[in-house]
Order: sequence, then C-alpha cells, then structure tokens
Amino acid sequence: MTIRFAGDSGDGMQLTGMQFTATTATVGNDLATFPDFPAEIRAPAGTRAGVSGYQIHFSSRDIYTPGDDPSVLVAMNPAALITNYKDLKPGGILLVNTGAFTESDLKKAGLDSNPLTDGTLSGYRVVKEDINQRTMEALADTELSKKDKLRCKNFYTLGMVYWLYSRPLEPTMEWLKEKFAKKPELAEANTKALKAGYNHGELLRLFQGHYEVPKVENAPKGTYRNIMGNEALAIGLVAGARLAGLKAFLGSYPITPATDILQHMSLLKNYDVITCQMEDEIAGICTAIGASFAGRLGMTTTSGPGLALKTEAAGLAVITELPLVIVDVQRGGPSTGLPTKVEQSDLLQAMFGRNGEAPIPVIACATPSDAFDCAVEACRIATQYMTPVLLLSDNYIANGAEPWKLPVIDELKPFPVEFATDPEGFSPYSRDEKLARNWAKPGTPGLMHRIGGLEKDAVTGNVSYDPENHMKMTEIREAKIMGIRDSIPTPQPHGAESGDLLVVAWGSTMGATRAAVERLHKEGVTVAHLHLRHIWPLPQGLDEIFSRYKKIVVPEMNMGQLARLLQSEYPDYRFKKFSKVMGKPFRARELKAHFAEILEEK
Amino acid sequence: MSELQQLKAKDFKSDQEVRWCPGCGDYSILSGVQATMADMGVPQENFVIVSGIGCSSRFPYYMETYGMHSIHGRANAIATGVKVANPDLSVWVITGDGDGLSIGGNHMIHSLRRNVDMKIILFNNEIYGLTKGQYSPTTPMGQRTKTSPYGSLDAPFNPIQLALGAGATFVARTMDVNPKHMKTVLRAAAEHKGAAFVEVWQNCVIFNDGAFKSWTEKAVRDEETVNLVAGEKMIFGKDQDKGLKTDGCKIEICSAEDASVWDPTHESPGPAFVMSQLDNDPNMPRPMGVLRSVSRPTLDQQVWDQVGAVTGTKGEGSLKDLLYTKDVWEVK
Repeated sequence: MTIRFAGDSGDGMQLTGMQFTATTATVGNDLATFPDFPAEIRAPAGTRAGVSGYQIHFSSRDIYTPGDDPSVLVAMNPAALITNYKDLKPGGILLVNTGAFTESDLKKAGLDSNPLTDGTLSGYRVVKEDINQRTMEALADTELSKKDKLRCKNFYTLGMVYWLYSRPLEPTMEWLKEKFAKKPELAEANTKALKAGYNHGELLRLFQGHYEVPKVENAPKGTYRNIMGNEALAIGLVAGARLAGLKAFLGSYPITPATDILQHMSLLKNYDVITCQMEDEIAGICTAIGASFAGRLGMTTTSGPGLALKTEAAGLAVITELPLVIVDVQRGGPSTGLPTKVEQSDLLQAMFGRNGEAPIPVIACATPSDAFDCAVEACRIATQYMTPVLLLSDNYIANGAEPWKLPVIDELKPFPVEFATDPEGFSPYSRDEKLARNWAKPGTPGLMHRIGGLEKDAVTGNVSYDPENHMKMTEIREAKIMGIRDSIPTPQPHGAESGDLLVVAWGSTMGATRAAVERLHKEGVTVAHLHLRHIWPLPQGLDEIFSRYKKIVVPEMNMGQLARLLQSEYPDYRFKKFSKVMGKPFRARELKAHFAEILEEK
Repeated sequence: MSELQQLKAKDFKSDQEVRWCPGCGDYSILSGVQATMADMGVPQENFVIVSGIGCSSRFPYYMETYGMHSIHGRANAIATGVKVANPDLSVWVITGDGDGLSIGGNHMIHSLRRNVDMKIILFNNEIYGLTKGQYSPTTPMGQRTKTSPYGSLDAPFNPIQLALGAGATFVARTMDVNPKHMKTVLRAAAEHKGAAFVEVWQNCVIFNDGAFKSWTEKAVRDEETVNLVAGEKMIFGKDQDKGLKTDGCKIEICSAEDASVWDPTHESPGPAFVMSQLDNDPNMPRPMGVLRSVSRPTLDQQVWDQVGAVTGTKGEGSLKDLLYTKDVWEVK
C-alpha cells in the first residue's frame, strides 16, 4: 500500500507523513518512505515550486522501496494536485482539500480551469472535502486565531487517513502532548482536529474502502525501532568510535541534506561526543583532523559541494595517515544543483577528487538502517588502517525511514585502537602487518614527532624529497588501501546463481533493484542482483561472479560512474549503464522494464 | 605525564637542520619560542605546534614537540580541533601574513572570536616569501613586488586591528630584532588563558629586506616605537623623555611626566584600537607590547563543561542507551 501526502511547503506535509510513518511502524508493518520537498523553505505559497510531498509504502511483507505509484494521494491545494496526480494508480483514491481551490488558488498554480470539474481526474476516485472549513468548524470553540486554527488542517487530514487505514490515534496524540508541552492549547487544538478528521471519516464512510494492513507475519524476531538515514549515521558514528575505544569528534558545517547528522550528534554530548559547528566546510574537516591527531576519532559530514571544499584537507589526512570519517550525503549536482533531491553523482569525486595519488576507501550505505552498519564499518577501516574513509549516503536514505531490527549489543564486534606508548625504537611511520602506521598522541612522553603535508621518509618520518622514497611511500599508501580487501567479505548475488543477467547496484538503488530483480526472477528469468557496499577497494571475488552471467547492467542515479569504474577494473566484461538523473529514485517498475529490454537485446 | 623538570631552551631543538635563509628573522623567533616554552612549567610532551604553509610554517619541524605542518591557511582550524579534543595540551599556531591573514583569514577571525585557548604567532614580513616575492595582505599600497610591478593597489590589513575587531582577548606586537622584548611578549601570551594573538615584525632578508627598519633599527627604535606596559606610563624616546597622553579617543605627544598610564585590560577594545591607529601617523611612534589582555571563557573549556553538564543531567550514555530508545517495539 502506497500513500502520498502533497501540499504547500507550509502545510506541514512532512510532519503529517512522518506521523503516519511512526504510527504505521508501531502497528508492525514494514515500511519505506520518500520525502520530496523544495529547496526553498517557503517558495511562494500555492505555486507548483512550493509543493512538498511525502510518500510511504507499507505492507505486511518485506519492503525494499517507498513504492512506485501511490494508491492514495492527498492533495492539499491545486499545485499539489496537478504536480502529483499523474503518479496515482488508475482507480486510486484522491483526497482533495476543496477549501484551497478558489480562483486565486488555481491562478497561483498556473491553471486556467479547475481540474476538479474539467475532467482531468476521470479514472480516479476523487473525494472532495473542504478540509479548511471542516477544521475551522472542529475548532470553533477553541481560543486560537483563525490562522492558527487553519494550521491544524494537516492533523485533520491525518485523522481522515488514520481512519482509512484503521490506525490508532494514540501515538500521535502522545507526540503532540510532548511536542507542545509548553503550548498545551496547540496540543489540544491539533488533537481535536485529528479526532475530528478521524470521526468524519467514520461518520461519512467517505471512502469506498476501509483498509487494514496486517502486521508483517514473517518479520525476524527482535527489537525494532523506526529510523531515518541521517539519524542512523549519527548513532552509527558514535557507536563506531566507541567500538574503536575512542571518543567521537565531529567538526562540521550545515549543508542540505547532511545537517541532521550534525544536529543529532550535538544532542549526544553524554556519549562522550564533541561537536563543533565550524565557520566553513574546510574548518569542519580541519578540526576533525586536529582532533584525530590529538587522539579522538575525527569525523566530518557534508554533501557534494562541501566535499569539494574539503578536498585538500582530505589529502592531508591521507599523507599524515590519520583516521578520519568523511560522510557525503549526496544530492543533485553539479554546483548547488538540486539540494533537496537525490543523486549518486559524487562517486567519482569521492574516488578521485584529490590532488596527487591519494587513495581513500569508499563505502556506501543502501538504506536508512544500513547506514548504521556502514558508519560502524567506516570507523573500523579508519582506525584499523589509519586512513580517511569516505562514506556515501544520499538524500533518499537521509530522509527516508524504515523499521530497523536493532543489533544485539554484545554481538557488535569491538576493534579497539592501541596507541603507541613505548619510546624504544619509536618512529611515527613504522607500520603493522596491515601497513597501518603508529598512532602516538600528544601528551605521550618520549614520542614527540612532527607530521604534515610534505612527503615523509619511510623510516624516520622526517621531511624527504628523495625520489625513491616518494615512490616507495606512494606505493605503501596504495598497498595499504588495497589491503583492506582482506578484511571485507565478497558480496553474494541475490537471485539466480548464474544466467542471463546480473544487475550490479550500489547505494540507495538497492531497494528498487532488489524488488525489480525479484519480480523478474519469479517470472522465471535467470537474473540476480549484486549489491556493492564497498566501492573502494572493491571486494575480492567479483571477477568470478561476473563470469557467471551473460550480461551485466549497472543502474545508477548518475551518468554511469560505477559502471565506468568497474569497466576500468574488469575490462574483460562489459558493464551496461542505466542512468537516471532526475532528482528522483528509480522505480522498481522502470528498472524491471529496462532489464527485460536488455534481456531481449541480441 | 612525566615528572615536571626544569626544561631548557635547547631541549626544544629537534634534530632537524634549520633551513631558513641566512639572516632571516625567523631564527630569533625560533629561539624566543624555545626559551618561552622551557619556562612555562608545562611537560614537553604536552606542547603541540601547528602551522600552515609558508616560510614560517616550517617551524614545527625545528621544535622537539608534537607538531603538524598542515595546509595553507588552515592551522587555526586544525589547532582548534587539537585543543578542543584535549584541553590539557599547550597549543601553538605558527603562521604568517599570507597564511594567516589571506588564505586563512576566515579561520583566524573565527578562532579569535571563539577564544580558543591557543597561542597564535603571526610572522609579518609584508611579503610572500616562499613563493618568492608577491604582495601580501599587509604589503603597503604602492609597493612594487613581482605581482605588483607598477605598485600594489590593495589596501593592507593592520593585523592588530583585525584581531581586535574579531574580539581577540589578547593582542600584542613585538619584533624579531629585539629578543628581550619578544620574550616578554611571548611570556605574556603564554600566560594568557584564551586565544593570544602576537604579531611579530619579521624581516624577510631576500624579498622585502628592511620593511620595518624605519621603526626597528637600534638607532631609531626608541624614537619610533612606544612599548606599552600594563599599569605603566606610555614613555618613549631615546632619553625616555617623551610620553603619550590620551583621553581614550585622541593621542598626543607630551612630556614623560604627563604621560597616561596604559591599561590593556579595558572593557572596551576602543583604547587599543585608537592606539593601533598610530601606525597610520608618520609623526607618531608605533605601539609595541601588549595592546589588549582581557579574560573571557575559552571555547575548549566551555565545550568540556557542557559535555560534563549534559552527562550530569542525562547520565553517561551506554551503547545500549544509544540504540534502544524508548520508541522500540518487539517482534516475538
């Protein structure tokens, strides 16, 4: 079941969607969400540019994506209706707030005629309701201004949708009480609106159907919570530092869509977390490098434009061989691009965006809950190999939510760091068997040493301009990163063991790819999905996997960046690109159709 | 931490050969910092020196301390990370007029406003030395350099005024050719709790030789500069017979007897700013010494206080608390 809420960016649609998500999680459905909002905080009210949407897909079965086409669309004004109705499934339910369909509302949305009456919506089950008026009536005896009363209309709407899906009101009522603890009159008004909407649905039996989605039957046993990608990254980074036996230090600068990580980590001061909101992106990474030098685990969070600014400092972390986690929550580019939309176009920037030979391991998370595991993995690689690590997420993961089966604490494997303390024979550039250098932190007697951006002698750590030494150090840094392969598993294809088509995906395209491949596989096609978490170094054993399939395709929200990387690493195979650069994720349906086409090609 | 022992300046010499040009002003600053550190009563392993890029930024390699020779302009940001991560460390930033005021100008003002407890020694030679002679943000207008062959058109920064404007709690100036004065100033900076900004007039013997000689040469120094000492009258002149008199807005030359007493702890940065304006008046001596020294909570201290306070209220969080929040549910 997929439902989409759409309205003006001031209508509170994100909040409505998130409340629906939270309640849906508590009744035990599996779910995935996709918020879609404009870059402008307040684009002109009522215009198409100002439309904000939130889609949630929930079911009693395992869910990989926020769903393709919604079966229910809530449209709070003409702009929301006109920009969204085409996605609605034929015969789907359309709940329209007619209170926002005056002449001037239509004009703001650039409409010459009213889509509610001109036949545009034939083929859908349109439920017209003056939600503005209903909300005002419900709050008639409330001591609020007209404006404040009207602002409760999203909770009235939520109430109606709760009725439609038989959702309990209590979780949202609890949330309102907490949210407006200091303004009980607002908590009361919104609760009233919520109940009124619910009762209205029941009273009028507005919709022809009344859905009940049962609990997921085969969900693995365990403790669950609902998680969004950015929050998962925040707690994953803190957990990762702990598992390394270190304290986290985040130096960062606000940037959409990564800001939530900084905000969330700022709350975690009682977990030995220090956060510094710095003057710019460069200062963000530089404080993190300084903190790592001082013996903490330095981290910095950003998006594509910020990663570009951090480039030179990332190179400093490479040559000083300090642990550092750099998180890039990707958005549409280039330049400022599409700040609130999704893209996977920073992959090659992450791989190669530095001067000199500066290899950095790159890993990418696939879903909101996977972001936790990937953050821990980034901390492991950073500290075990004394290297900066680039962790890629994207806007789809960052703002998407899903139920997360929590790991059992005792099963989280620690990877404690051992600092150098013995002055006997100490050299800052002596290495362990993994080629990771010594980490001696300031304050340790007898281990005073200097590091920096100039090339260092492989033995003494002093500045060296020696040609052979530079070659040697370059090779060591390269070999150290490639050696990470020994510590990562070979991913296994999901679907046919061998056959006609292998779909290789990375990052957030995982869900749609998995769903599309599963559908094709069920239809009898020998197709499989291979998901790559480790982009660099690539895991061992891929060659053998590639050899089992006749064709390989790589769907990406870019112009084929992973495909290009794989093509250069595995020239014996041909990697077909499938690109989508529209600021929106792939749909399982379009992937399936494309895979079917490839299978037919001779 | 090792037993505190009386350290000597030579303990701070690293085994690396110093490679500045013969006659460079940097040598005397190196000696000054080594001598100052030895006297601070801080264990040697607790010193961290961070530099950016430029001639002066080679400094950490010559010091037997922990050090990082980082990237151009970013020393203040890296040092902020070091100090906040471990406030027990004595953190020093070595920078220059290009590194600290041009490419790193942003980090400079922000580390000063945040009052990170670190010592910032800015070597000002009014030229880019390492890239061989281009004008810097402190080069006087009209000066001919390799990139201003017909004269520089850029109005320069006055580093003292920039630091004051950024809200620095400690601002001082000294010169490479007066080691005694430099030691007094460095010591005052070392004792200051908070961001201490010290401008050192440093002669680049190759690309801008004599930039400050009209004020620093022994023959003219006493006439052309006035050494500001807290709580003492502002007296200058070869015979120490002249003074400066001020009403807080205006400064006049007077007899030594009538001179005003200098107070760098004034609540307002106004008097220090007025004093720094003397740089623009060819008939007045230029101020040296401590222009400003006030107390304000440091960022590093506040960060740790806040971590302590939040931990006190919420309790020390465990991994379990981090993951298993109150909104979990069970699937049985």
